[in-house]
Amino acid sequence: MSGPNKYQPTSAFGKWFHERLPIVGFAKDHMLDFPTPKNLNYWYTFGGILAVMLVVQIITGIVLVMHYTPQTDLAFNSVEHIMRDVNYGWLLRYMHMNGASMFFIAVYIHMFRGMYYGSYKAPREVLWMLGVIIYLVMMATAFMGYVLPWGQMSFWGAKVITNLFSAIPFVGDSVTTWLWGGYSVDNPTLNRFFSLHYLLPFVLAALVALHIWALHVPGNTNPTGINIKGPQDTVPFHPYYTMKDAFAIVVFFMFYALFVFYGPNYMGDAVNYVPANPLVTPAHIKPEWYYLPFYAILRSVPDKLLGVIAMFSSILILLALPWLDTSKVRSGNYRPIFKGFFVVFAIVCVALGFIGSKPPEGSYVIWGRILTAYYFIHFLVILPLLGLLETPNPLPASIADDVLAKKKPMMLAPAE
Amino acid sequence: MKKFATLLIAGMTLFGGAALAEEGATPAKGINYSFEGPFGTFDRAQLQRGYKVYKEVCSNCHSMKLLSFRNLADKGGPSFTVEQVKALAASFTIHDGPDTKGDMFDRPGLASDVFPSPYANPEAAAAANGAVPPDLTLITKAREGWHGTFNQLWNGIGGPQYVYSLLTGYAEPSAELEKEKPEGKYYNPYFQAGSWISMPPPLADGLVTFDDGAPNNVEDMAKDVTAFLAWTAEPKMEERKQTGFEVLIYLAVLAGLLYFVKKKTWANVSH
Ligand code: HEC
Ligand code: HEM
Repeated sequence: MSGPNKYQPTSAFGKWFHERLPIVGFAKDHMLDFPTPKNLNYWYTFGGILAVMLVVQIITGIVLVMHYTPQTDLAFNSVEHIMRDVNYGWLLRYMHMNGASMFFIAVYIHMFRGMYYGSYKAPREVLWMLGVIIYLVMMATAFMGYVLPWGQMSFWGAKVITNLFSAIPFVGDSVTTWLWGGYSVDNPTLNRFFSLHYLLPFVLAALVALHIWALHVPGNTNPTGINIKGPQDTVPFHPYYTMKDAFAIVVFFMFYALFVFYGPNYMGDAVNYVPANPLVTPAHIKPEWYYLPFYAILRSVPDKLLGVIAMFSSILILLALPWLDTSKVRSGNYRPIFKGFFVVFAIVCVALGFIGSKPPEGSYVIWGRILTAYYFIHFLVILPLLGLLETPNPLPASIADDVLAKKKPMMLAPAE
Repeated sequence: MKKFATLLIAGMTLFGGAALAEEGATPAKGINYSFEGPFGTFDRAQLQRGYKVYKEVCSNCHSMKLLSFRNLADKGGPSFTVEQVKALAASFTIHDGPDTKGDMFDRPGLASDVFPSPYANPEAAAAANGAVPPDLTLITKAREGWHGTFNQLWNGIGGPQYVYSLLTGYAEPSAELEKEKPEGKYYNPYFQAGSWISMPPPLADGLVTFDDGAPNNVEDMAKDVTAFLAWTAEPKMEERKQTGFEVLIYLAVLAGLLYFVKKKTWANVSH
């Protein structure tokens, strides 16, 4: 979608500047004129929502840092100082805290959208893989951010997760000591997590730029999964999608505001309002909700090292998804059997999250193992076989055709 | 894809339902407070009574390190007058120093001071009480009254109810349990760390007399002091809910406008 700029500056200065740095033309091509399929539904607005949430996190984060102290004796109280003494400090802190959860809600919807519509298939493999890397960096960022208030769960969460590295054969203990900057989670750990928590969101911003670059090479997919055939299939991004995305973002913000203002601690853990105490272990150590499915996978494997491997594989397997799904048909809309497996997979992920929030005892362990097995079977057995065995429904001839076909029967029977 | 979203939500509800029935300790008593719900506010008189209970009873053992006397006059709190706060502060003794000669000294509290702690350090507190009495500023946010994803979504996290239940929940243990009674501990089935607590029952009927003549049974005092502790944990709650209401109205209007702009934009494109 690069090619020569169509942008013609009108003013003399504009022309002078454009010849030296064609940034205005670039922005116009990519943010205003970009041809976008005209049949995108609201599931496609979450990319824009994610970009806005990243900005929200960066802005609230930078202001929080102006009042926060990364030192084990002071960190907890400095956060309370923000909550109590800083003007609108409570708002900043609750926005940042719940913003992380909202970010993950949006990214999960965005990823499941991609999995349903086959957005990872050629020629968008690199785009998808960049997404997976973004997701990994997001998880690392949120994990280190959660350590900063230095409450009980900050401390013990950091301890449990960093301890995972001690499972690495031979060098495990040296690696954990190196990560901690000492022989336990302590001030050096807090300091380095603070440094990285400030750094990684900017790495994310750069990765998102690459992600969008990779998106703008083939352009968006769409619910039919068929390629754009010509201008009758597309509309310019602005004003069509700027308006649609803006509406979706504001609705999402309303959802976000409900939590920030009326249930700011609902997503968090009460124990984190107790200052960190290395001598007292909380009754249930559990990570934030967005890690729970992976935590369940970790604990479902009886061996520590294998558990860690299973946990990391469960995320890294997404990198291989473009090659594991053998179906030639992109969109799940035309894959009758895949649809069912997709729903089952989504429920399995939620169920794993539920198991992750429970102590590892009794039937939770057994269910955890069954669901973990299913998670991998979905990727390693079901998706490869389904592509070969399933007979897809006929595809429409083009996006424009599909749109017209949908318009008419709508009167008679409610469409799918 | 709509159908799938519905299915997914149904699935989540099932698991959430399972999450309702769980976990050991007795769930807290589900009493209601004036400050619950989206429009709930603190009851000033109740906060003032709660302060009195804290001052006369709890402050003998528990610290309140994150609260300054001046906060008692803040908007959205117990609304003591500035004069009252000065007098209140002066009734505490603050260990201060060093002075110009290098000596420590005692002086009456000022509005700008934080509440002094009853013990010099946690070791002293534990030695005197058998366990460290935790700081109370954040206690209602640091405890849960009950569990369950959906239970907490509808009914709140129940921190104040937990503290209320703890204060009113002392009971005679059954003969069976009595045998395992640890030395110097009291039976309280609501205590999150396992039914035996080092805190002796702090309240007794009529222990504190309120200036407004409000009832002072154990339940009444417990309710007042936990309301006060809910405020110390979340002093900006009223401002938060008020701002939230304005923000939501603003966003709703904006969403409505954007919806029509979007509709108009797309009017001539079939999609
Ligand atoms: C005689 C000293 C004493 C007094 C007075 C006292 N407490 Fe305590 N309190 C303790 C001790 C000691 C503990 C620690 C108990 C333990 O860990 O077993 C404690 C613990 C608590 C806890 C925490 C329970 C938990 O879940 O960990 C709360 C809440 C509490 N007290 C509230 C109060 C309130 C409110 C008052 C005033 C009405 C009060 N206490 C008066 C000594 C006292
Ligand atoms: C910081 C996080 C992220 C941001 C800001 C972001 C942003 C965007 C934006 C703006 C789009 C275009 C609009 C859309 O189609 O929704 C997009 C598309 C896409 N994203 Fe992301 N994204 C993020 C994370 C991810 C992750 C974690 C994945 C997958 C693992 C992912 C996979 C994709 C794919 C495959 C597309 C192409 C969608 C299509 O056209 O079908 N993204 N992203």
